[in-house]
Amino acid sequence: MYYRRTVSDAQINRELLDVVFRTPVWWVVIVSILGLLVAVFMSTFGLLMNQGLGLTGLNRPVFWGFLITNFIFWVGISHAGVMISAILRLSQAEWRRPMVRAAETMTVFSLMTALLMPVMHAGRPWRIFYWVFPYDFARGIWPDVRSPLVWDPTAIITYLTSSSLFVFTALIPDFAVIRDRATGWRKAIYGALAMNWRGTPQQWKLQGIAGILLSALILPVFVSVHSIVSWDFGVSLVPGWHVSVFAPYFVIGAVLSGVSAVLTLMILMRFLFKLQNYIWEEHIDALGRLLIVVAIGWHFLFWLDIVFALWTAESVETTYWQLRLLTPPWSWLFLLFYVFSFVIPTSLWLFRKVRRSFVWMFWISILVNIGMFLERLIIIVPPLMNKDAFTFQFGTYRPSIVELIIVGGTFALVAFLLLMFGKFFPLIPLWEEKEGQRLVETVKVGNVEVPAMIKE
Amino acid sequence: MTTLQFQENPTPTTQRPPRHHWNMVVDIDRCTSCRACVIACEAENNIPINTEDRFTQQRVNQWIRIERYWEGEFPNVKARYIPMLCQHCDNAPCEPVCPVYATYHNNEGLNVQVYNRCVGTRYCANACPYHARNFNYWEPVWPEDFRNYLNPDVTIRSRGIMEKCTFCVQRIRRATRGRQDVADGAFAPACVQACPSDALVFGDILDENSKVAKLSKNERHYMVREVLGTLPSITYLKKVEADAL
Repeated sequence: MYYRRTVSDAQINRELLDVVFRTPVWWVVIVSILGLLVAVFMSTFGLLMNQGLGLTGLNRPVFWGFLITNFIFWVGISHAGVMISAILRLSQAEWRRPMVRAAETMTVFSLMTALLMPVMHAGRPWRIFYWVFPYDFARGIWPDVRSPLVWDPTAIITYLTSSSLFVFTALIPDFAVIRDRATGWRKAIYGALAMNWRGTPQQWKLQGIAGILLSALILPVFVSVHSIVSWDFGVSLVPGWHVSVFAPYFVIGAVLSGVSAVLTLMILMRFLFKLQNYIWEEHIDALGRLLIVVAIGWHFLFWLDIVFALWTAESVETTYWQLRLLTPPWSWLFLLFYVFSFVIPTSLWLFRKVRRSFVWMFWISILVNIGMFLERLIIIVPPLMNKDAFTFQFGTYRPSIVELIIVGGTFALVAFLLLMFGKFFPLIPLWEEKEGQRLVETVKVGNVEVPAMIKE
Repeated sequence: MTTLQFQENPTPTTQRPPRHHWNMVVDIDRCTSCRACVIACEAENNIPINTEDRFTQQRVNQWIRIERYWEGEFPNVKARYIPMLCQHCDNAPCEPVCPVYATYHNNEGLNVQVYNRCVGTRYCANACPYHARNFNYWEPVWPEDFRNYLNPDVTIRSRGIMEKCTFCVQRIRRATRGRQDVADGAFAPACVQACPSDALVFGDILDENSKVAKLSKNERHYMVREVLGTLPSITYLKKVEADAL
């Protein structure tokens, strides 16, 4: 049973806009540390551009490594946005309200970060633009539409555009709230962003329609983005990548890591932004229950991947599975990945006490994402190491310090961007919370008045 | 043996009928693993010198390599060699994955790498089942006194792009430019020219009387990883076992 606690509109405005109008010390400290890390990240990026990919640990059999893993990882994280806001909005799940904006914003920022990865990873990043935007009109050369690497930017840019629109549409009423309270140049900026929002019934109606419409339109993108990313592997002729189950496997894996990341983010928000009145045990409980279903679905496809490969009993298939499952360090990484992203979370999420504990849920969600990063690494690298039927060319891979800094830096970058966003815009939509309050009705149960939910 | 049927020319690039289809035959029985082809290729194609570093970093740049396999237990050990280079597949897995058409098939059966277009996604190298593609991880450097040894007919590739065997396209161009037909054996890629045991034979498969056309019908012929349906332009001739005779 889901109860909504009553919070007054004034309290919502005051508490959710607290950080927007007052800069807390912790924010300055964390943002400066993260800013420093982002600076390190960007200078490493510069170094990589300047010196070339020789700085990475990549070599001749293993042409793709940590950076592509990181790309897949962040695209995966971005799937939470649609899962939480679009699907839960369309299915009218009440508990989505405090997490929609955080999830959508994380989607936008993680997609931006993901887009950096192929740029860094290309041999000549300064020439990369005609890959996506064909400028060679004179020579009549367009990007080759048969290449999954052309489908990739198409899908991701579509997703980025639609998620940005989604975030913006949902922000308009909140811009207006800030505009009404801000002074000086801030008022002008928020006023421009609010686009003349007056809160008339007509405007609310249009905003609601836009939200539902965008949710519905974004759904195909939800399925397509990670499917297309998985086809980078599925379409190629590398045993271990050439797997037909990859599309659903990647999508549902992305939802698992994405929703876990939302969980991490919600708990951090509650702790840092003092949102105890808005993010409750019920919310993370609901997320935990959702994650059980997602994790088990993902686990099914994960086993299909193994079973399909081993069922063929072909030496090309068994060599890389031998490497993944039986050869250290991959066997250790495989075990860690499996325990972190399936065994520990799903078994613990079964307990209501764990699902309602912020500390437990925080660490579990971190574990899931460590596991999911390892999963992508294990999918990408071992098949390349033992790619060829020619054992003479088997290789090894070890990430260099540059790759490690870049991967670590992306986490700092996303956290930095989210904190900056949280400073200037409320991370929990004010109007969603207020709308939720309107839907509360008190029901008389015996002698007690109990707050109950009615559906939209 | 499985034979897979594919379209004859899955990636038509021009409407002109092909005048040549360059093919190679590699006779494993003749290969002594002397690696003259490897060195000839490096000299002809301005390949950066493979120093010890390149080997320890596993970033060796060899357009042709001799793979060595050991068979059996001591003292009955047999060394097996297979020269491996770009197979110029007529149904090449590396071609459709390139987002910028940096690699495509020309109408002479060559799998062509256009250095200027390449952005270095390295997807083609992942897709290649023959492991024939090389990536320039570092800017290529030669010692100062090597400067005049570089071949003026071949572009020097900067860092960040793919390269691979071209069947010495510069030699093909020189030999065929302005000519209607070229005599079989009038020219050869550097590796073929350097091979002391004639293990490598190069020619035009459309010319029925060429040495390549005849040799590729030899009963020992096979194609490497033929089951993948890549339709390679290189035919290998199986080793004749001494004890099987």
